[in-house]
Amino acid sequence: MAEDIKKIMFTVRKAPHGSIYVYEGLEVKLIMAAYDADISVVFMDDGVFALKDGQNTAELGIKGFAATYGVMVDYEISKIYVDRKSMEDRGMTENDLLVIGEDEDTEEPIKPTVIETDQIGPMMAEQHNILCF
Amino acid sequence: MLHTVNKSPFQNGTMESCLRCVNPGDAVLLLEDGVFGAVTGTSKTALIEEALKNAEVYALSADLKARALENIIPGIKVTDYAGFVDLVDQNKVHSWL
Amino acid sequence: MKLAVLVLEGPYNHEASDSAYNFIQAALEKGHEIRGIFFYHDGVYNVTKLMEPPQDDRHIANRWSELGAKGIDIVVCIAAAKRRGIVDDVLVPNVRISGLGQLTMMAIEADRLVTFGD
Repeated sequence: MAEDIKKIMFTVRKAPHGSIYVYEGLEVKLIMAAYDADISVVFMDDGVFALKDGQNTAELGIKGFAATYGVMVDYEISKIYVDRKSMEDRGMTENDLLVIGEDEDTEEPIKPTVIETDQIGPMMAEQHNILCF
Repeated sequence: MLHTVNKSPFQNGTMESCLRCVNPGDAVLLLEDGVFGAVTGTSKTALIEEALKNAEVYALSADLKARALENIIPGIKVTDYAGFVDLVDQNKVHSWL
Repeated sequence: MKLAVLVLEGPYNHEASDSAYNFIQAALEKGHEIRGIFFYHDGVYNVTKLMEPPQDDRHIANRWSELGAKGIDIVVCIAAAKRRGIVDDVLVPNVRISGLGQLTMMAIEADRLVTFGD
């Protein structure tokens, strides 16, 4: 009953590591992905820093989450979007983005999908509920 | 859509980010420290005035009173928690935390 | 409407808990159903019975407990709680510890999920 599956969106707007929000927010996404819900995640504002390739928290003594982000597609979270303007404002380009998994057939790396800011409002309006993590 | 903003626009870019994503006809509710953005004659007033051209903007009365805020930008509707509930009833909601 | 409320900040430190409580009271007065209240991040500190605010201030944990006594399902995330030293023994009555699956069900089953946080 695909029409009964609810669309749930997450918006990630906070920077990683300076606070726990992004880390604990990821835990919510991984659990929700196991349920019958159509999950999407939009990274915008300082949230785009969470998608920067090469993060290493070893010297902080913090567990970090870069490894989990690298296999998001395996957790069936493949609708990962990133706001172009937020990246550009912060000096990031598409080349800076980490890989979120690989294509099952071609084994090509999959990266987050870059979207324009004016796409975000209409995407929000389609959701059943939106969580800000 | 209802968008809630709880940050002062003088401290934080949340209000501006929110206003970039507002669809025509959407509602924006300023609450908690977000109500500092509701005052007229500030460096952020023009942003709200621009938003009012195609969206509804509300400010939560309890938060305005707590902060002694008067001189609200014309066009902003002052509402209470009951009005907040009605806005949620009428719209999908995104909290811009 | 069937409402769920997510609280992400601790009591007193941030207005989120008060906003959430006032919002829920107004929703109840209007006859809306509260599907559940979920505490996450530092929000888990909202319902510890160890808090002892000054007499002339609101008692945030007791306030939540009173809502729980009305039959509203109030859930503290177990993972966030354990990380912060919140366990069953320190909770006020009418509140339970459970997993993020509960938040998922609230997000799916409620017509609206409203989040209060920083």
